Amino acid sequence: MSDRTLTVSSLARVEGEGALHLVIADGAVQTAALQIYEPPRFFESFLRGRQHTEVADITSRICGICPVAYQTSAWAAVEDACGVAPDTAVGALRRLLYCGEWISSHALHIYLLHAPDFLGYPDAIALARDHRAAVSRGLMLKKAGNAILETVGGRAIHPVNPRVGGFHRAPTAAELARLAEQLRPALDAALETVRWVAGFDFPDLELDHELLAAYDPAGYAIERADHIATGSGARFAPAEFLDHVVEHQVPHSTALHATLDGGRYLTGPLARYSISSALLSPVAQQAAAAAGLGATCRNPFRSVVVRAVEIVQALDEALRIIDGYERPAAPGIEVPPRAGVGHGVSEAPRGLLYHRYELDADGLIRQATIIPPTSQNQAAIEHDLHRIASANLHLDDAALTHLCEQTIRNYDPCISCSTHFLRLTVERR
Amino acid sequence: MTTRVTVIGIGNEFRHDDGVGPAVIAELQRLALADVTLVATDGEPTRLLDAWEGVELAVVIDAVPGAEPGRVHRLDGDAAAPGGGGTHGLGLADALRLAEVLDRAPQRLVLYAVEAADVEVGPGLSAEVGRAVPVVARAVLSELATAFS
Repeated sequence: MSDRTLTVSSLARVEGEGALHLVIADGAVQTAALQIYEPPRFFESFLRGRQHTEVADITSRICGICPVAYQTSAWAAVEDACGVAPDTAVGALRRLLYCGEWISSHALHIYLLHAPDFLGYPDAIALARDHRAAVSRGLMLKKAGNAILETVGGRAIHPVNPRVGGFHRAPTAAELARLAEQLRPALDAALETVRWVAGFDFPDLELDHELLAAYDPAGYAIERADHIATGSGARFAPAEFLDHVVEHQVPHSTALHATLDGGRYLTGPLARYSISSALLSPVAQQAAAAAGLGATCRNPFRSVVVRAVEIVQALDEALRIIDGYERPAAPGIEVPPRAGVGHGVSEAPRGLLYHRYELDADGLIRQATIIPPTSQNQAAIEHDLHRIASANLHLDDAALTHLCEQTIRNYDPCISCSTHFLRLTVERR
Repeated sequence: MTTRVTVIGIGNEFRHDDGVGPAVIAELQRLALADVTLVATDGEPTRLLDAWEGVELAVVIDAVPGAEPGRVHRLDGDAAAPGGGGTHGLGLADALRLAEVLDRAPQRLVLYAVEAADVEVGPGLSAEVGRAVPVVARAVLSELATAFS
């Protein structure tokens, strides 16, 4: 069993299309590569020459799972470039909208994509046969998230109501009160979800990657960043992102790899939780403690628990925002163009999403840079794969392959949006 | 009154021919059909379950890879849930099987699959697939006429 090559040519239960390539020679793991072979995405070049007010509609098309994340980082960057900021009522609606995306995305991942790994089922269909109530609960949570997206965003996929400067229309208090009626039982389902996933078995693995997440002293960072924080205590402004994070291409992927101050790092639920767990709402903190989470979490398999806690956080937060909602006099502000550069950061369900736009005096986009979380995490995922595979070489090919797939799913990689504008031929080894 | 029939167009309008499903839905929307729910979706499974739960007939329009762009296939019953997923975690077939396990499947499902020429990023259908849109829309209408008769 010394020389083995394991290839999973099409990964199931991850968003998009990717492949895993593992080479084992002389009893050691030689290569652990997450290959991404979806055609490169041309959104950064699409954006060049477009008007600054168009970014929300264009970037929402990058991903069907996290369109709000793309819209949010986009308008944050454009508003930064133009030197404007909508008022707090609009800010609250944006946070509410983003909560919907977290709930929807996390519920999909936990119940339909990730839980089958822990409970020994090949897929969600087999899981549903034996755990019908649990899967139904997951679908109910997903629907609650979609309801927020529909009420605030105008529709569940590629929301049309948000715009640079705010929204086209603010929901009425009555519309949000109806939404709250649907969210209250969902909060109970979310707490039940935390209890459910806390009972899974988790392999022992503590990762030592540097962590990176948006930070906002006002609350668990979702739709905005006061600054960006690392697990080791460094902090920097969104405008300094590219001074710290550098992208480079690797031969086996059309997504760029990224380094933070020269090293591998991780963004996403584990980073957010470890950096901001003290800012979770009381109900989310209680749920986390009852699930056995400490102040930080560095076991990637336990990311499923952190996601469940984040659903609680998002639902609690959504109800809080609705409770204090007063319909703003204007749904948004005008954003007159000016020449400049803007940076936008938000916490997509999968991790930190950075946008940078350079505008001319008419508001036309001269240059766009989009750095999605999955490409930032790719080096860390491959590092984990290397460690996990090395520690489990005694397993047969099928079991080892499954363990590696589960390792990848720990990060809920969204491969559709991590593929990047690059003319590159994919190398297969 | 409960909806008897739902027509679901699956696809992404920003991936050229992948948008054929939503294009057929847009065509049907202009007819203001009574008692028919029209849904354009990215095919995410929970949205499919919500869209077709409790209906007597779900007509689904989706793009498929093929050598003859614009060619239309009609699949009924078990044949309407072929193996292999879309670009997301679960495909149409998986969504249908999940719905069956949870008793949330439509009583009957008919799939119109249109062979796609180009699913790269960008708006607009290829000429061949664009010509298939009214063809599929007419086929769906006769499907509805039969179901209501």
